[in-house]
Amino acid sequence: MSRPSPRSDLAMRWAMGTFKDRNRTIYTLLIIGVLLWPSIADVTTGGSGNHLVSTAADAGVYVLLAIGLNVVVGFAGLLDLGYAAFFAIGAYTYGLLASGQLSGSPLHHEFHLPFWVLILVAMFVAAAFGAILGAPTLRLRGDYLAIVTLGFGEIVPRVFRFLGAGSPIGNWTGGVNGISAIDPPHLPAFISGPWFGTPIQVVSPFDFSDSNWAPMDYYWLIILLVAICIVLVTNLYNSRLGRAWMAVREDEVAAAASGINTVAIKLLAFSIGASFAGFAGCFYGAKLSLVSSENFEFIVSVSILIMVVLGGMGNIPGVIVGALTIYIVQFFVLTNLPDYAVAFSNLVGLGFLNQSGPGWVGLHDEVQRLNYIVFGLILVVVMLIRPQGLFPSRIREQELEKGTAEEAVFDVREASD
Amino acid sequence: MATLAAALKGTRTALSGTLGTQLFLGGIALALAVLLLPKAIDDPGFFLQIVIYGTADGAIFALIALGYTMVYGIIELINFAHGDIFTLGYFLAIPLIGAFGLTEGSPVSIGMVVVLLVVTAIVMVIDGGINVVIERVAYRPLRSAPRLAILITAVGVSFILEGVMYVWQGANNVHFPDLLPDTRIPLFGASLGVKDVIVIASALVLVVLLNVFINGSKLGKAMRATAQDREAAQLMGININRTIAATFFIGAALAAAGGIIFGLYFNNIRFDEGFVAGLFAFTAAVFGGIGNIQGAALGGLFIGLVQAFSNAYFQAALTDVWIFAILILVLVFRPTGLLGMQVPEK
Repeated sequence: MSRPSPRSDLAMRWAMGTFKDRNRTIYTLLIIGVLLWPSIADVTTGGSGNHLVSTAADAGVYVLLAIGLNVVVGFAGLLDLGYAAFFAIGAYTYGLLASGQLSGSPLHHEFHLPFWVLILVAMFVAAAFGAILGAPTLRLRGDYLAIVTLGFGEIVPRVFRFLGAGSPIGNWTGGVNGISAIDPPHLPAFISGPWFGTPIQVVSPFDFSDSNWAPMDYYWLIILLVAICIVLVTNLYNSRLGRAWMAVREDEVAAAASGINTVAIKLLAFSIGASFAGFAGCFYGAKLSLVSSENFEFIVSVSILIMVVLGGMGNIPGVIVGALTIYIVQFFVLTNLPDYAVAFSNLVGLGFLNQSGPGWVGLHDEVQRLNYIVFGLILVVVMLIRPQGLFPSRIREQELEKGTAEEAVFDVREASD
Repeated sequence: MATLAAALKGTRTALSGTLGTQLFLGGIALALAVLLLPKAIDDPGFFLQIVIYGTADGAIFALIALGYTMVYGIIELINFAHGDIFTLGYFLAIPLIGAFGLTEGSPVSIGMVVVLLVVTAIVMVIDGGINVVIERVAYRPLRSAPRLAILITAVGVSFILEGVMYVWQGANNVHFPDLLPDTRIPLFGASLGVKDVIVIASALVLVVLLNVFINGSKLGKAMRATAQDREAAQLMGININRTIAATFFIGAALAAAGGIIFGLYFNNIRFDEGFVAGLFAFTAAVFGGIGNIQGAALGGLFIGLVQAFSNAYFQAALTDVWIFAILILVLVFRPTGLLGMQVPEK
């Protein structure tokens, strides 16, 4: 098997075609899709595609999160069940420092720091929390790490909810209501053009939430962020650190014997993964202009994990496809399924099913009730058919074929002490 | 960072022996004493009341935790669907109780007790059977797959169970007939309800029975052997698949009993509330030492008491935070739990 050269940069490898073919195909399709999406959205909805573009930007947040969790789960083989906590920390960091929220806190002073600074701050804050949580726990067996992260994921949203009005130390986070009216990102100037559907002109200052540009600007911003992250993570994967992660994932004892500082390596994976969530959280807070603790519950952590596992752990394009697939299923197919069912029943002449009657609330609502079951069935069936995910990394595929993966996926044992 | 890690490592090594157990238990006792003694002295009656409530809650957590700990012990799966199996037991019992002609306000009699026992037995068997089917369909084919795959199917099964209960009973609280008498006996300034006694006693009986079964029966021995080393157990002629299925059956049966007891005690649950109860029960299992039956029972009791004390004396909104914080602290300083885990460190 030819390994990509670790030194050459991404563009070179791309040109030389040393990327695995399947992945290059996925990337190409994704790039075409990203470029065409605004036009597709406009054409299919007859000129009002803004909603679809905005939805795509939301999906981009999940792509970012999945790429980040993939570093932890896919590369280093650590199981993180509380990833949404870091997402929350990133979002609250931005929300607190870029809104009027803190004027009501005991600080009595509000901050309006720029988005471009805070996105880095949010990254570092999330990474720091990752390190604080990881340092004492990363020596534990893999499953125990999973449990610790699960606990952390449950604690963080509850603490944010608690620190609202009426908490003993004052109103910091807005409690149940969360933080609203968060500043949008600003640019001092921007050249708008056909990519925003306008003639070429200079806009100054450029406000991302300006109704003339939103949501197209958020769409291109998240595309840019995702692209940066893909380059970063791909380079990490092919670096010395990436190989160390894989070594730790496959056999921690052997990795330690080969001179890898396993604890430091795992801590790095954990922090880097967390920093991506902080990154994503910052964008999320800015786009929604609202952060609320209920957007970071356990189900979010599980959804991101499902994206990573379903896409194919360890393989970045696979994870992106997994994230988009699950996002489409959760927020598009499942929400629209009742309408599809109604349309279908009308089409085949079973329109009477749409009326409600005794013991039957109408096809629309009956199908809506099935959401949980449909989603659960999708998870179970996909995992039974493809336990390795849709597009697993080649290296991991080999592990699976050789049967070494049974222990390797996240069975990281305590170093022999 | 390195010094911190080294210090923690040293602490953990020191804590893994008998001295560690004593220190750990002593530490917990000390913390509890400092926090709770002033409150207890202040109003002993109220304190005792909280202990009674906490014990009853803890008994229910213990019943859920047993299934978690058994399943984790034998196939190292965090069975996220287990909390929903508990809720399913509650839901299954309601129509059965109606079918036997018991309604709210029925006079308490020997007949009612017999009917309740029969209903409980039937629900335990049905719920256990459902869990065996789940294991056969969703977990067994993935036993040699990457371990995350089976975790995802467990989440999927949890969704399916919640969806079934949602379609069946709707999104609101589902009422369980209030059959037990509300009689309360005064006790040192507090009052002990008949319900409290029944809940605690029945949980205790189930735990003792389970313990006898695991330690005394041939199947129990097979379970312990399989948990220790699956391949070696197989070589000794143990039918692994049947043993694992039996573990799932027993775990679900206990959760179902827990569900009915919960129903008789609290009378209300929503289709998705079992999931969080399951997470707490899992915390209890880890606290007691995962894979350890007595540990899970003790852990459940502890979690119930922590919940009751926190709700009564401290911030109720932070109760869940304390519980999960305890989970993290236990794992950091004593990963084997209170009584030591009984999972092989492969």
